[in-house]
Amino acid sequence: MSDPSYEIVIGLEVHVQLQTATKLFCRCSTRFGAPPNTQTCPVCIGLPGSLPVMNRQAFELALKTAVALNCEIPAFTKWDRKQYYYPDLPKGYQISQFDLPMSQHGYLEISDAKGAFAPKRVGILRAHLEEDAGKSMHDELAGKADSRIDLNRTGTPLLEIVSQPDMRSPEEARAYLTELKLLLTYLGVSDCNMQEGSLRVDANINLHVATPQGTVATPIVEVKNMNSFRAVERAMAFEATRQFDVWNDTRISLGAPGGHKTTRGWDEQAQVTRPQRQKEESSDYRYFPDPDLAPVIVTDQQLDAVRASLGELPAALRDRLQTERGIDAYDADVIVNQGRAFVDYFSELADIGGDAKRASNWMQQDVLRVLNERDLTIELFPISPASLAELLKTVQRGELDTSRARDVFNVMAESGDSAAQAMQRLGIQAVHRDELRDLCRELLDANPNVVADVQSGKEKAIGALIGQAKRRNPNANPNQVRQLCLELIRQQGSAQE
Amino acid sequence: MSIHDLTATELIRRLESGDLSSVEVVQAFLKRIEQGDGRVRAFVRVEANRALSAAERIDQRRRGGESVGRLGGLPVAVKDVICTEGQATTCASKMLQRFTPPYDATVIRRLKQADAILIGKTNMDEFAMGGTTESSALATTCNPWDLARVPGGSSGGAAACLAAGMVPLSIGSDTGGSIRQPASFCGVNGLKPTYGRVSRFGLIAFASSLDQIGPLARNAEDLALLLEVLAGHDPSDSTSANVPVPEYSRLVSQPLDGLTLGVVREHFGEGLDSQVQEAVREALRVYESLGATVKDISLPHSRYAIATYYIIACCEASSNLARYDGVHYGYRTDETAMLADLAAEQRALTSRGDSPLLDDLDSPLVRMYRQTRSEGFGAEVKRRIMLGTYALSHGYYDAYYVKALKVRRLIRNDFDAAFREVDLIAGPVAPTPAYRLGEKTEDPLAMYLGDLYTVSANLAGICALSVPCGLNGQGMPIGLQLQGPLLDEQRLLRAARMYQTVTDWHTRRPEGF
Repeated sequence: MSDPSYEIVIGLEVHVQLQTATKLFCRCSTRFGAPPNTQTCPVCIGLPGSLPVMNRQAFELALKTAVALNCEIPAFTKWDRKQYYYPDLPKGYQISQFDLPMSQHGYLEISDAKGAFAPKRVGILRAHLEEDAGKSMHDELAGKADSRIDLNRTGTPLLEIVSQPDMRSPEEARAYLTELKLLLTYLGVSDCNMQEGSLRVDANINLHVATPQGTVATPIVEVKNMNSFRAVERAMAFEATRQFDVWNDTRISLGAPGGHKTTRGWDEQAQVTRPQRQKEESSDYRYFPDPDLAPVIVTDQQLDAVRASLGELPAALRDRLQTERGIDAYDADVIVNQGRAFVDYFSELADIGGDAKRASNWMQQDVLRVLNERDLTIELFPISPASLAELLKTVQRGELDTSRARDVFNVMAESGDSAAQAMQRLGIQAVHRDELRDLCRELLDANPNVVADVQSGKEKAIGALIGQAKRRNPNANPNQVRQLCLELIRQQGSAQE
Repeated sequence: MSIHDLTATELIRRLESGDLSSVEVVQAFLKRIEQGDGRVRAFVRVEANRALSAAERIDQRRRGGESVGRLGGLPVAVKDVICTEGQATTCASKMLQRFTPPYDATVIRRLKQADAILIGKTNMDEFAMGGTTESSALATTCNPWDLARVPGGSSGGAAACLAAGMVPLSIGSDTGGSIRQPASFCGVNGLKPTYGRVSRFGLIAFASSLDQIGPLARNAEDLALLLEVLAGHDPSDSTSANVPVPEYSRLVSQPLDGLTLGVVREHFGEGLDSQVQEAVREALRVYESLGATVKDISLPHSRYAIATYYIIACCEASSNLARYDGVHYGYRTDETAMLADLAAEQRALTSRGDSPLLDDLDSPLVRMYRQTRSEGFGAEVKRRIMLGTYALSHGYYDAYYVKALKVRRLIRNDFDAAFREVDLIAGPVAPTPAYRLGEKTEDPLAMYLGDLYTVSANLAGICALSVPCGLNGQGMPIGLQLQGPLLDEQRLLRAARMYQTVTDWHTRRPEGF
């Protein structure tokens, strides 16, 4: 991007844990954080003689996601065994989908409200269901203690969403992930918690370098171990620079000797990628159809039902907020990206308050600030849309200036008071016009220089008086003070003439 | 007649009438085991105390007027490939010698619900791979008709204990003939149900798409009784058929009018023992005398059945047996010795300065896998794992596995076509009667060819049974195989019962038992 001599090519593989109560092939709970090996049964720990039975709900959530990702859904899909040995894989194979995934050939639209890149479609190669493996906890001191294995996670349903290599910058990669996560959250199919491993990202990245002989692709690198979207963005930026340096040093292209795909891990502390050891004999998983499971048939009726259950998705919602509420693309983006509950709050606030633009500003600046400060979600925000609308109307009527209204808002957020209660608590009451006129007169008398300045055309000089007025009486409305002062000065002028 | 000579159906009648108590019955069979199993070694474990106390409870319930299940108080032997909660289930392998499942197989739950008495677990070929029970890591089972001969396999113990009168009923599993062939070698009856008829939950898998649990018994009536208990839909097995189970025990006595038996041309070719051929021909004449029509049919793809079977079965086995890696349960190599060996190898290579070999040295984990599996599995199991691994490998998958699946479909089509012309297919179970112990252990291919007539039913998923139909010149039993359409076990049972009303081969007992 910044260096015009090469183009970055990124494809992402995202594993999402589906929010089911039970595992993909048994009835064990999928709850996170239980003591090790307490959510297991003969099926998920692969005891001899046990057999898998597919969790219908998991398949439905996967179907919902695939439809929302505009994927083709074949009428027939099957389960395959992916075979490799690892201690956290108790059957010696993972039940996954190989050549006939449950969905393929979809896309996700991404854009940047600030215009960092042009809106584009990122292709989805496929999305398939599989079971998660367990968790290995290795001795960090290497060889000094036994490794431990927790099989609670074994068998948790995972949707693997593989994108086409359609992203051309770290920013696009991040935008794809953000939009994907938003979509999954809107669908309610996953909690997308990266810390708990509900959403995991692996990236494939290489460069297309412009040379006098034409464009050359550099070797593909798979980057793992990125624990946030920001980490993905940074790892991609780091890799692009690193790969270009390597290219300049070695001129090794994709597929040339030494140009095979390699794996690197992101080191968050050092902010670099480092080579990872290849999984032994990873090339041959000996996939074959799992004879313990029946193929799954998806009917048109089933697909219609899924489509009907999707609800309004982020892209459509952004458009609607712009057309129906008259807010701009950027504002719609910020609001929609906060999730469906945030949009609902906004809509209610705009409906009651009657001013979508004002509602949008308050939501973005003040509501979001409090949510971030207190680490709350909108569902737990203490001010109801009706209360906030009441406050906004007070501002709209000119009874309260914005900075004073913010004080009221803070009290409301702190105490859960209504706008009226909070204003009372702050001692805010409308100052009678006569009282305010007396105050202005005193100020003008005490500041003849300001009066002179205004009379000579410098109206801005009034500002000094507004500050003084607010100190004398915090309830003084700055606009009214300005108006009254100007009025009085004009009266003085005309009296003198 | 002593207790052990009675059929299961007759024993139940006497238990229900109060002529016999369950304790008497169990004691009688335990005594038979005590007297005979030292020679036969059909059992890997006998649960005498458990069986007796279970029998006492059944008797109490009967005396108290409580209702008792279909098999109330009758002993049943279980092949050691079927999981029994709290009791070792070994698959006759060193790998699982110390494995105790924390759950019952669905068929065990069904047997318990029917108030059957689980008297013990029977010997088998290791992981059900074999046709002689000689690949068992625990014991060699002998054929009660001639202790120098094999009982067949893999359900050799299941058939032998029945032939020796140590139990009235027995359950086995059949992946390519493992119920029918030992039944024919031991002169008893065995039925492989339609794939999906009996739940596989808790059956330790050899080849998942072929495995099926089934009954072994003294006659067709007893087979019907036991099948009725075992069969039925199980939501825990995704391949289980969700269809009603007929009342086999009532239907079995109804003869079939206008029965048409198909005789497969390809089954009477090279390799078929002349005495077996003669006994089967004689059985067909019996059917004709009962009004049946015998018709020549062709199963053109049956000559590919063995190759197809061994590819599919080994591929699935290589995957199913991957879980025995020493990590979570079962056998694990001696770790201390292993780590010491590994360290010594590392030192030796370091002192020689052989860094390429040093780089190739196993990690402790890989060495643990390698050594555990080398030591825990026997030769036949390893052979099949290697065959299957090879056939599923990149570059071979299409040529072997995918092609085998296609041929499997053609074999199924052959049967579908045949069953449009005939009601059942009749023929030999195995090319020969039981051979001598050790006779084929060095020639696995010859042993595989012995499955010629049985594997097709597993590949096609259809049901089949074996009934005794003669003895050869050396007094060894010969079996007649009947194969039936999908889910039509009742037709098989009725045909077998018809035959047994006019013949007495099923009543013959080995001398000395």
